[in-house]
Amino acid sequence: MYVAVKGGERAIENAHAWLAEERRGDPGIAALTLEQIREQLSLAVNRVMAEGSLYDPDLAALAIKQARGDLIEAIFLIRAYRTTLPRFGGSVPVDTARMNCMRRISATFKDLPGGQVLGPTFDYTHRLLDFKLAADGQAPKAPTREAAPSHVPHVTEFLNREGLIEEAPADDTPPPDLTRAPLELPASRALRLQALARADEGFTLGMAYSTQRGYARNHAFVGELRIGTVPVEMDIPELGFSIEIGEIEVTECETVNQFKGSKTEPPQFTRGYGLVFGQTERKAISMALVDRALRWEELGEDNQGAPAQDAEFVLYHGDNIQATGFLEHIKLPHYVDFQSELELVRKLRREAGADTAGDVAE
Amino acid sequence: MTDHAYNFAYLDEQTKRMIRRAILKGLAIPGYQVPFASREMPMPYGWGTGGVQVSAAILTPEDRFKVIDQGADDTTNAVSIRSFFERTAGVATTTRTKEATVIQTRHRIPEDPLSEGQILVYQVPIPEPLRFLEPRETETRKMHALQEYGLMHVKLYEDIARHGHIATAYAYPVKVEGRYVMDPSPIPKFDNPKMSGCPAIQLFGAGREQRIYALPPYTRVVSLDFEDHPFEASKADHACGLCDATDSYLDEVIVDDTGTRVFVCSDTDYCEGRQAQGFRGKDTA
Repeated sequence: MYVAVKGGERAIENAHAWLAEERRGDPGIAALTLEQIREQLSLAVNRVMAEGSLYDPDLAALAIKQARGDLIEAIFLIRAYRTTLPRFGGSVPVDTARMNCMRRISATFKDLPGGQVLGPTFDYTHRLLDFKLAADGQAPKAPTREAAPSHVPHVTEFLNREGLIEEAPADDTPPPDLTRAPLELPASRALRLQALARADEGFTLGMAYSTQRGYARNHAFVGELRIGTVPVEMDIPELGFSIEIGEIEVTECETVNQFKGSKTEPPQFTRGYGLVFGQTERKAISMALVDRALRWEELGEDNQGAPAQDAEFVLYHGDNIQATGFLEHIKLPHYVDFQSELELVRKLRREAGADTAGDVAE
Repeated sequence: MTDHAYNFAYLDEQTKRMIRRAILKGLAIPGYQVPFASREMPMPYGWGTGGVQVSAAILTPEDRFKVIDQGADDTTNAVSIRSFFERTAGVATTTRTKEATVIQTRHRIPEDPLSEGQILVYQVPIPEPLRFLEPRETETRKMHALQEYGLMHVKLYEDIARHGHIATAYAYPVKVEGRYVMDPSPIPKFDNPKMSGCPAIQLFGAGREQRIYALPPYTRVVSLDFEDHPFEASKADHACGLCDATDSYLDEVIVDDTGTRVFVCSDTDYCEGRQAQGFRGKDTA
């Protein structure tokens, strides 16, 4: 006798309860506070804000806690929340030349106005496990000095004076909004940059790395990498001018790329650009390399058939929320499709004389 | 009980209006894939976000909502989507096909014929029937515009040359009113004939791929085939072990360690309805 399975509803409720228990872990150990996550796992918080496209460290910390540290799950929570928020308007473009830099380096000039500022970087740490950290976690006091001048000019401005780098003229065209209009191709550079800014860090890194290894190599130098806070201003129609509404931390990377010239463009340096919320320099550099690779068409370069040159490939596959959803959906029931495949395979095997076992057991 | 923190059926009215426009355009051009600005939903892409957005845009407080996945009302994801709308829209729900005004489905069309006034909402993973022949959206849109469907016929022909049959068992491509080739979503080809001339409105939502398409009532939908290899709706050659139906699509269930199988209706409402009428299959003791 066969009785059909039932009880999906109770199974779901029980699974959620178990999940909540696992999330908490051993109740004998103090629970993480959101402040602890925000302050001590700040790079995770930054990644969630960047790929979640919502600048709110407290919500990002909550999402990380709720997601048990699964950052893509946390990004998903932020995205789903973000999409329900009302839109009051757009800000004035942030002026990164006015950035209050905590880190600013150039790989193309030994010294330059504004100076090289290493800032809080892992770059020259020796990757040795710090067992002292396991014991107490107290940090030494970092030395301080007078703050750098608030206006730190961009390196590319210096190259620009000599005409050695392509112009990047100001453009007041309102950028399209990927979250409010379906992605349609060909995509403008503004739209591509928007997609890359929220694209998965790992995907963007892999794409950028592939250009370095010869799949549409574009000879990138980090002209400048800067991290710091910038004011956000918004035009208030009633006032007739813009006012500062807050401050955000961003990472900006401008690459300077060798370029021998093409049929349409003279030899000069070209640019790749990355701008990401928070301290997220791996992502910002990756973004700049991929941006540069995607510009082959407007620069009159050859299409080498490399993945990083293919805007459709990059834009359709870089979003980790879309990717993870579709990937993981194959866990859902597919009995019906599988059944139809079973019957097809049996039929084909029968006709090919392969099925010697006869009909299936019953 | 409705969760008042959110708008009726979760989405804000502006978003619903945008989706309704896409639906109307889809109904005006049957089988054409209308791009729409799909929102991030509180369930993952691939879990029916397209269908959920379409349902959210068309539901009214008077509706009676049914959700099936694999034909069944009690599969986990169907349960989850039904409770989402119970919570955010407070609509009445049902498992009875005949009583529902809106039915959201994944992978099946109910066995009971649909009627005028009903809406069937399909969850669609890959809306582009040409996708696995040509991965580029820029190309496939052109192919649809030019009605360039030769590639699809060549694929079907190659299947016959290689296997003696068209080796597509689900998501079997159809042509709508002699114009657009359309993906029917991953329903088994057994269900394809139910799409044609259907008195209900059929709406298709693909959230991740940002596409909506539609079939107005009584649209002619033809499964692609050849004169000498006509389309054939197939199912397991058995009767349902519970209700003895021979006209319904069957799931194969393994019931013991030796691999004994029973065949039962995938449409649980249809099966229960027949059992209530006194039909008994050979696997009910």
